[in-house]
Amino acid sequence: MDLFAFARRGAVFALLAAMLIGFSAAEPAFLGLANFMSVLQSVSVVAILAAGVTVSMSVGGFDLSVGAIAASAVMAAAYAMVVWKLGAVATVAIALAFGLGVGLVNAALVVVVGVPDLLATLAMNFLLTGLQLIPTAGRSIAPGLILPSGDTAKGAFDPAFLAIGRARVGGVAPVPVLIMLAVGVLVFVLTERTRIGRLLFVVGGNEIAARLAGARVERLKTLAYLISGGLAALGGVIVAARVGRGDISSGASLLLDSVAASLIGFAVLAARRPNVFGSIVGAIFVGVLLNGLTMLNVPYYTQDFVKGAVLVGALGLTYGLKPRRA
Amino acid sequence: MNAVILQARAVAKRFGSTVALAGFDFELGPGEIVGLIGANGAGKSTFVNILSGALPADEGELTLNGRPYRPADSRAAIREGVIALHQSTDRIAAPDLSVAEALLLDRFADGRSSFFVSPRTIRAEAGRILAQSGFDLPLSLAFGEISAAGRQLVAIARALAANARVLILDEPTASLSAAESERLFDVVERLAARGIAVLYISHRTQDLRRLCHRVVVLRGGRQAHAASRPVDFSQALEAMIGRPLAGAHAAARHVEGPPVLEVVGLQTRPGAPRIDLAVRAGEVVAVTGPLGAGKSRLLLTLFGVNRALAGEARLDGRLWRPRDPADAIAHGVHMAGEDRRRTSFTPADWPGGAIAAAIALPHLKRWFPRGFLKASVERGHAEAAIRRLGIRAGGPDARLDTLSGGNQQKVVLARWQAVTPRLMLLDEPFQGVDVGARADIAAAIRAQAQVATLIATSDAEEALEVADRIYRLDADGLAPLHEQAA
Repeated sequence: MDLFAFARRGAVFALLAAMLIGFSAAEPAFLGLANFMSVLQSVSVVAILAAGVTVSMSVGGFDLSVGAIAASAVMAAAYAMVVWKLGAVATVAIALAFGLGVGLVNAALVVVVGVPDLLATLAMNFLLTGLQLIPTAGRSIAPGLILPSGDTAKGAFDPAFLAIGRARVGGVAPVPVLIMLAVGVLVFVLTERTRIGRLLFVVGGNEIAARLAGARVERLKTLAYLISGGLAALGGVIVAARVGRGDISSGASLLLDSVAASLIGFAVLAARRPNVFGSIVGAIFVGVLLNGLTMLNVPYYTQDFVKGAVLVGALGLTYGLKPRRA
Repeated sequence: MNAVILQARAVAKRFGSTVALAGFDFELGPGEIVGLIGANGAGKSTFVNILSGALPADEGELTLNGRPYRPADSRAAIREGVIALHQSTDRIAAPDLSVAEALLLDRFADGRSSFFVSPRTIRAEAGRILAQSGFDLPLSLAFGEISAAGRQLVAIARALAANARVLILDEPTASLSAAESERLFDVVERLAARGIAVLYISHRTQDLRRLCHRVVVLRGGRQAHAASRPVDFSQALEAMIGRPLAGAHAAARHVEGPPVLEVVGLQTRPGAPRIDLAVRAGEVVAVTGPLGAGKSRLLLTLFGVNRALAGEARLDGRLWRPRDPADAIAHGVHMAGEDRRRTSFTPADWPGGAIAAAIALPHLKRWFPRGFLKASVERGHAEAAIRRLGIRAGGPDARLDTLSGGNQQKVVLARWQAVTPRLMLLDEPFQGVDVGARADIAAAIRAQAQVATLIATSDAEEALEVADRIYRLDADGLAPLHEQAA
């Protein structure tokens, strides 16, 4: 292991440490526990979606519908409570079932019909972005919503549902952060430590070899899209619970942010492949950077530029510095 | 031959601590066909890469027509007339191009053609190139539709159009049938008669015997042996592997007992002949025959990838009709596919790219019934396989791309032997394997006394080395092959 390879493996962590030192030197409030939790809370939804995108990448696919699934799940959850007057448990169940259902349709398009992954899920992203507007005729959902039929919706957000986005366990750790950590650990163990995870990667690496080794390729791909769809819906539930209304523009940046986190994950520990640990670190990395810059009063409108620059840098690090083989 | 077109003197090349070439001397005269043989890792590819401009030499001197020859890249090498053709013909052009376009591809690429091209000018220009080479190829067919041999001719025609003076052929017959190979040999001989120098790299002694004026053996980066026609190949092969050849041909064993696999009137493709065949436990049966005769198809049908059109197969007396490979594996039928990179391995930097993981792949459910992987279990199986098959590797966690071809092929065999099957199907198990590793693999295949083994190979010599009984499959059907003196 030469110095160069070592530097490449640790590059993302070195930059993270440099940012922590730099930001806390410039703004002492940056290093407090409260701010730390606030950073984690701000990235939790993106990190959960990124874990799902990573699973879809592991089978050689790419789920580009996660942003729209999350946004649709926000609308579905709000609709279930405000219009159908359902409680928290039923609402969460409906939102998650919606995500799993979309995952199943994605898998059917890819596995049965044979549409290439990117195209199928991009089309699905389009379809859902439009679909979520139809039940309310394009309005956001809040208590007192006037339905297309002219009636007024009488339901309201269940406080138990809002707790998913707003409560803090022990007064410190926000629930979304705990959900993010649980999802991260579970999906990490699934992909890196289990038989199923190994098979997912083998399908992504060489589908023919996977099939000839007895792997049920169609089932594994379906599982991957179910996971990414379900996790995207879970992200949507958290957004709905935090915002407390069904906002039609809530999912705007989720897709690109989660894809970016997954791709930055390629650079973490120089994995050069989709990996859940890297994706979560990638999401946190972007969150720390944006939080620090905001504290330093860098204007809000530069955020997308900063994210893009981080992504370009990470990909350059991943692919550009690899030892060239003759 | 007095004239020398290409000369290499004390050429050396190192990759880190690995010495690929350690002072190699080599000469090639105009019109000469010289065979270069060597075990995997002997330095053949490195030498070809240096000649074709893909790698610079660390030390030593190359001259072309008496002038120093140091190509900066492959384009510089081609300008000088040194052209290397690689074994995989699918890298010559894209399958959707027409043959005419494929012939002109390097002209398009280097800007020698005009910016606007019409189908008519392409055909005219391609026709000129074909006439110059004296080949007959269908210009309007898609490149992907013509045979592997035809694709090879396209590459050679392109080399001639670029004024080749030294032609390097790397395993050119790897994907050709016997008849196609013969056609290629004629072409190569005609080129040599025109004064083109040919460096011919192959594992197949039949090809070398048929074609080469001289044979040079490379071992450990140096010339270990050289011989002119008539070449004593057992001597050359011994020089290549550095030890005496053990009995090159397997003693045919006569095995009693009921058949494990029984194939009756099996038809695998429309219009294909029906096949009858039986294999007993402890017996190794090889099926040879030209490419495209249906050898692979037979194995794939028995493994559940394809469906039989007619007839039936029986496994231990019971009707055998597997739904898919998973079903076949569950019933003790294993198959190692041809072309290990395509059918067996995952990319080296993905999970599953290490020896231990590659061996474990089909057995994950059996070894890890609770779903969680245990590295120690995988390693244990891999270490056993490394010892048993003599795999030369850094250890069970070594990446597959760090192994030589022979050792990679041993890993493929180890995968399917890690759990003892009832019926073992092996498609081209000696592909890209040198003589030394070939003997190890053959011995490991023959050592399995409880297993019925069916091998498909297009090389009759390989079949002789491993099998108890040999059949030949061609358009007329399956027939026992009567042993001829090899």
